[in-house]
Amino acid sequence: MKTNRREFIKISGTAVGAAAIGASTLTGSLFNWASGSILNQSVPAPTFLERTPTYCEICFWKCAGWVTKNEDGEIWKIEGHKDDPHCNGRLCPRGTGGVGMYYDEDRLKQPLIRVEENGKQVFKEASWEEAFKVIGNKMKAIKEKYGPECMALFTHGSGGKFLGHMLKAYGSPHITAPSFAQCRGPREVAFYSTFGEGVLSPERTDIRDTRCLVLIGSHIGENMHNGQVQEMSEAIDKGATIITVDPRFSTAASKSKFWLPIKPSTDMALLLAWINVIITEEWYDKPYVEKYTFGFDQLTTHIQTYTPEWAYGITSIEPKTIRETAREMANAAPAVIIHPGRHVTWYGDDTQRLRAVAILNALLGSWGRRGGFYFPDKVSVPDFPHPPYPEPKKTWRDLMPGKYNLATEIVSNGICDATIPSPEAACNFKGWIVNGTNLIHTLPDQKKTLAAIEALELLVVIDTMPMEITGYADVILPECTYLERYDAIRNSPHREPVISLRMPATEPKYNSKPDWWIAKELGKELGLDAYFQYKDIEEVLDWELKQIGSSLAEMQKIGVKKFNREYDDLYLIDGQDFEFNTNTGKIELYSTEMANNGFDPMPVYTPHEQPPAGFYRLNYGRAPAHTFSRTSNNPNLVDIMPENELWVNPKVAKQWGIKNGQYVWLKNQDEIISSFSIKVRITERIRWDSVYMAHGFGHSNKKLTRAFGKGASDTELISNVKIDPIMGGTGMRSNFVTLLTKLPEKAASETEKTVES
Amino acid sequence: MRYAMAIDTKKCVGCSDCVVACQLENKVPIGYCRDWIVETTSGTYPDLTLEFRSERCHHCANAPCVRCCPTGASHIEEGGVVLVTAEKCIGCGACIASCPYDARYPHPDGYVDKCTFCIHKVRKGEQPACVEVCPTHCLYFGDLDDPNSDVSRKIKERKYKRLKTEAGTDPQLYFLI
Repeated sequence: MKTNRREFIKISGTAVGAAAIGASTLTGSLFNWASGSILNQSVPAPTFLERTPTYCEICFWKCAGWVTKNEDGEIWKIEGHKDDPHCNGRLCPRGTGGVGMYYDEDRLKQPLIRVEENGKQVFKEASWEEAFKVIGNKMKAIKEKYGPECMALFTHGSGGKFLGHMLKAYGSPHITAPSFAQCRGPREVAFYSTFGEGVLSPERTDIRDTRCLVLIGSHIGENMHNGQVQEMSEAIDKGATIITVDPRFSTAASKSKFWLPIKPSTDMALLLAWINVIITEEWYDKPYVEKYTFGFDQLTTHIQTYTPEWAYGITSIEPKTIRETAREMANAAPAVIIHPGRHVTWYGDDTQRLRAVAILNALLGSWGRRGGFYFPDKVSVPDFPHPPYPEPKKTWRDLMPGKYNLATEIVSNGICDATIPSPEAACNFKGWIVNGTNLIHTLPDQKKTLAAIEALELLVVIDTMPMEITGYADVILPECTYLERYDAIRNSPHREPVISLRMPATEPKYNSKPDWWIAKELGKELGLDAYFQYKDIEEVLDWELKQIGSSLAEMQKIGVKKFNREYDDLYLIDGQDFEFNTNTGKIELYSTEMANNGFDPMPVYTPHEQPPAGFYRLNYGRAPAHTFSRTSNNPNLVDIMPENELWVNPKVAKQWGIKNGQYVWLKNQDEIISSFSIKVRITERIRWDSVYMAHGFGHSNKKLTRAFGKGASDTELISNVKIDPIMGGTGMRSNFVTLLTKLPEKAASETEKTVES
Repeated sequence: MRYAMAIDTKKCVGCSDCVVACQLENKVPIGYCRDWIVETTSGTYPDLTLEFRSERCHHCANAPCVRCCPTGASHIEEGGVVLVTAEKCIGCGACIASCPYDARYPHPDGYVDKCTFCIHKVRKGEQPACVEVCPTHCLYFGDLDDPNSDVSRKIKERKYKRLKTEAGTDPQLYFLI
């Protein structure tokens, strides 16, 4: 076996002596879960409230809820908070099943350090002090040798705020989240270019009052983005028209008046044809377009050739359907939403496709209108005072000059690329801290991710679960779950400003710790005490809450607090003057920003790769009971959905002679074979030119006892990545797979090795 | 008083939240459930229809499980709610065999378990856990004898179907279509 500097290590307990080190650090003192400070045993144990407020960490929607304990004082259930507009008192299956994250016995339990024993790399259990020492020494050396900017933090979740603060104090601005370049980045950039504002999270879509909701590949109902699912349901009750564009008969498609079963990868042609019809038939909102937009004449000229008849040959959607649906949108306008979607990194021209979505909304006058897109508001919560951060000498933009100019956040895959040594550029990133994101299942092109990891001098993983990424770490730090910790105030943009508190419902299990404590202790190790001038998180939260007229004591009681909007400006008032935050101060149908940066100022249609004979486009999406690869070991959610299935059209199944429920392996266009087999689900709900699976399965770490080997990983099969030159997004829908009913011998031995190594 | 539930199939997205909430509320052991989702697709691509149904015990007015129970553990309580008294149940499984809806399961502790319409919550003026949690608000619970209850109004306003009425069970789940 090839010896890597960084071998994948299965997490396992090692020598008993090592374990004793961990336990000994707490001797004679009691870790106070609530304050995170080390207290002596004379302090009485904290008393628990009957129910404690929290906000959910299972996905980014962050619904507020109440944690209730049973008669034995153990966590029993979590229910939604009635005052919270994210959930209106109702959590989704993942939020309800969030208790499983706490009870999961496969959780990380103790800090682990990579050591070499008898020529083999293993993890040794360590005390927190030891772990911080190792990380601190390495980070100090990286700072000395390469500069602090060479450390990067990948984060997805609430802990990022504290760890980010620590990293900025250390001297690096490089804090990145896959939620931008692997997910919603293109829509944010497209909407900024058009309206001077992003769509934000939760999305500012006024679905509850809409008369027409258009979904393009967005599968609300399978994505359980809670408030949005609820509002769609309300819109159905009120008789709104739903138009769904999807090659798959999604749940949303089944609720729709119009389902447009589009040929995959051709959405741009449909959008341009809709724009063509709305302009040609003069169905656009004339006063709105005249008052607020820039570039209507250029757009009119630009779309002349994009007729429904032109689009028919590309999309397989009949011209009369294109016209009829355009008419339906115009009838509903301005209470119409052409939904920007969320995971939109598909083909590499995604920002331009989302520009077409934005333009369509602009023409129909839905931006800033009831039933379209509202103007959200949020409270301004000052950060707990700290000294100014050191000025970084270089940023990621210096490392990739001229690339991804319009990215509004740091491009995660860009950081990954800039970590791999290359002849052209000196290696720029030497250390990663990875928190709450399993990069192996998050970033496409796993070969590249592994090459970057191999080049690192330090990889710290902070997680609750032994995700695949932990196997490559130098140090693993077990964070406690959201049910066992305080976190930053949730401060979200909504119709009314609203804040929410997360507090621990119980003390952390095992030797796990909250991120705020990890950041503070690591900060101290790095000599950054000046940035952590507080005793505990309660002091920070109380100070911050008092700046906005609340307090920690109040929030512990009420959980969620709403504030009044500063102005009555949820929607535009008819005829109101409005300066948009764009170069022209108008909604830019013709984007001056795109033009100035050398990109098409108006979207154009580009054909995308099509599957070769015998291959099918690999489509993937969300399932209501799971979030990414994060929940696939949660006992409560595994009970609902233990594995993903491969959706196959009956015609395709017949050609292959495969049966429903049969397991197959998948091989992609680059000869990559899935590590595990996947159960076939033969269904009419999918086209014959594509297959579909839920994302997040096919875990290869045996320590995830429920998730190991269950289903297949889509990420593993995504090696053809189409980078969006505008903002660095990773287009992932140009991958094609064929079915293997038997695993070839060579692949079988390799798979075995992956699993066993 | 006649408790019943209406399930709006036009709004249900089949997310299984009702299942998870029930399991936690009623401490149903992992691997078992008192309610579940049925998904039916008909037609051929692209002319398709899809229905999701959140199903559970139908709390039949004429309940075969109650009639066949040798110990009286299965019984009908206030509001027509079909319940099992665990202490009286010998786990013989006759009720499981007699239920046309497959709504009962053998609890590992040796008795037969099923949906109770969360009567412990209803008695406190609350709604069943599945109803309270449903993100699409597609479940309506209440008293059919009260014309103003959610469930009465929905049944009056909308078309509905009941399942396996041919079994003569007079089921009390109404699927709005």
